[in-house]
Amino acid sequence: MSGESEKAVFEVPVGPQHPALKEPILLLFKIEGDIIDDVMARPAYTHRGIEKATEARNYIQNIYLCERVCGICSGIHTLVYTQGVERLAGVEPPPRAKYIRVIFLELERIHSHALWLGVAAHELGFDTLFYYVWRDRELVMDLLELVTGNRVNYAMSTVGGARRDISDEAAHQIKKGMEIFRRRLDVYTGVVEKDPTVRKRVVDVGKLSPHKAVELCAVGPTLRATGVKRDVRADDPYQAYDEIPFNVATYPTGDVLAQIMVRVMEMYEAANIIDYALDHMPKGPIRTKVPWNIAPNEVISRGEAPRGELFYYFKSNGTEKPERVKIRTPTLANLPAVCEMLKGYHIAEIPIVFASIDPCLSCTGRFAFIDERHDRSWVWTGEQLRAYRRRYYKWQNR
Amino acid sequence: MGLGLVKWSRIKSPWILHFNSGACNACDIEVLAVLTPRFDVERFGMLLKGSPRHADIIVITGSVTRQIRDRLVRIYEQTPEPKFVLAVGNCAGTGGVFQQCYNVYEGVDKVIPVDVYVPGCPPRPEAIIHGVVKLLQKLQEAS
Repeated sequence: MSGESEKAVFEVPVGPQHPALKEPILLLFKIEGDIIDDVMARPAYTHRGIEKATEARNYIQNIYLCERVCGICSGIHTLVYTQGVERLAGVEPPPRAKYIRVIFLELERIHSHALWLGVAAHELGFDTLFYYVWRDRELVMDLLELVTGNRVNYAMSTVGGARRDISDEAAHQIKKGMEIFRRRLDVYTGVVEKDPTVRKRVVDVGKLSPHKAVELCAVGPTLRATGVKRDVRADDPYQAYDEIPFNVATYPTGDVLAQIMVRVMEMYEAANIIDYALDHMPKGPIRTKVPWNIAPNEVISRGEAPRGELFYYFKSNGTEKPERVKIRTPTLANLPAVCEMLKGYHIAEIPIVFASIDPCLSCTGRFAFIDERHDRSWVWTGEQLRAYRRRYYKWQNR
Repeated sequence: MGLGLVKWSRIKSPWILHFNSGACNACDIEVLAVLTPRFDVERFGMLLKGSPRHADIIVITGSVTRQIRDRLVRIYEQTPEPKFVLAVGNCAGTGGVFQQCYNVYEGVDKVIPVDVYVPGCPPRPEAIIHGVVKLLQKLQEAS
């Protein structure tokens, strides 16, 4: 306890192991009475050194490594990785492969949002909804298994195209599945919109203004829930998204209800995109050849993961291994926003507000200072980072 | 008589603690899927608990990172005896795809003893249930 004379501010550490989330994160709350004064998040418990490991593996091996940056958005990680390597090599994947990629990406978006809706219901203490949603999520998992052969890590996108084709029979099955899933989704929309117990917990909780969201560089559904229409699929279309009509789902209120509604609307949109893509899929090959050694080059690649913008930077050096791969994941971008959202609300609202950005921390632990000799760790502020930059460049140009 | 009751209830209703030691989430969602209606491991009396002090079985996913190592040992020490460890996934078994990463211990058994390994990346829910049933047999023999 760090007491001051007139107001008592308690420091409450939550985590890294805690019942609300399945992943390790330390949230350090400063609490005044029952109200959250300040929050500090320390996510780096899952730091495994993936970026360094990519430099020791070749482009094909790295597909499997990047897939395991995050298990829930494994599809988009392989896609953005392979898209980047294709750009490095100057290769264009065949049109059918682009459509196949879109289909499994949207299936993944549905599975991820359904998973989140269940977890959010669980955080609200509404376990009935949690179990219902997860039962219906298995429907999508079955379709993913039908298309890709795997439930979670699909290994579907490869450098130069897709690994498996979607047969007519599978397409029929997917359409039927989407039909059933839409009907189930109608039920959940009704529950979230009308159920008074749910509304009491989510309306006007964890509010974020559009200004603040843009200022803090929030991405994905967290940003769209404040009414800002920003989506990589629409703003910078990749794969076949420029040929597929879809709406960018937004909701104006910026509270937890908006977060839920945006994701529910996105599930409808994803189902529509899948139907359209299945109907308009061109015939032809699904894979092209890509050279093993890639000439020196530098590219970026990005895509809209279920949680927001996923960003990769690549540098090649003429060998079969990349010189540098930099990954920026959406949850890292959303952490400042969620720390802002938590301020001023009650302790009881921590789980649902924190869960509302759909935190996926396995991909977040990328930046930490650890001094092993002196056994201490610290975090830099933006100003300290800028000061370091000035020192560094001075040293470089001396 | 009293001891017989403890043994009986431990086998009929072991409570589990899920601990992520640096996993990529894939194993974690499969562990959660195992608890939900399609696979329903709760029919074995298993219940997910939040605190290690309530748990009989620790379900560990992920290749133990340097940051999480001390926490993992602490969680293990907080769990009351007799305790059992189920290592889910290739990472928890051998480090999996993260072998030779500088920040990874390559397996839970480098840090704490493991009773049952479930391989797979991620293992299918059926495989996890298989591992759980194996562990239940071990529980029966041990007590």
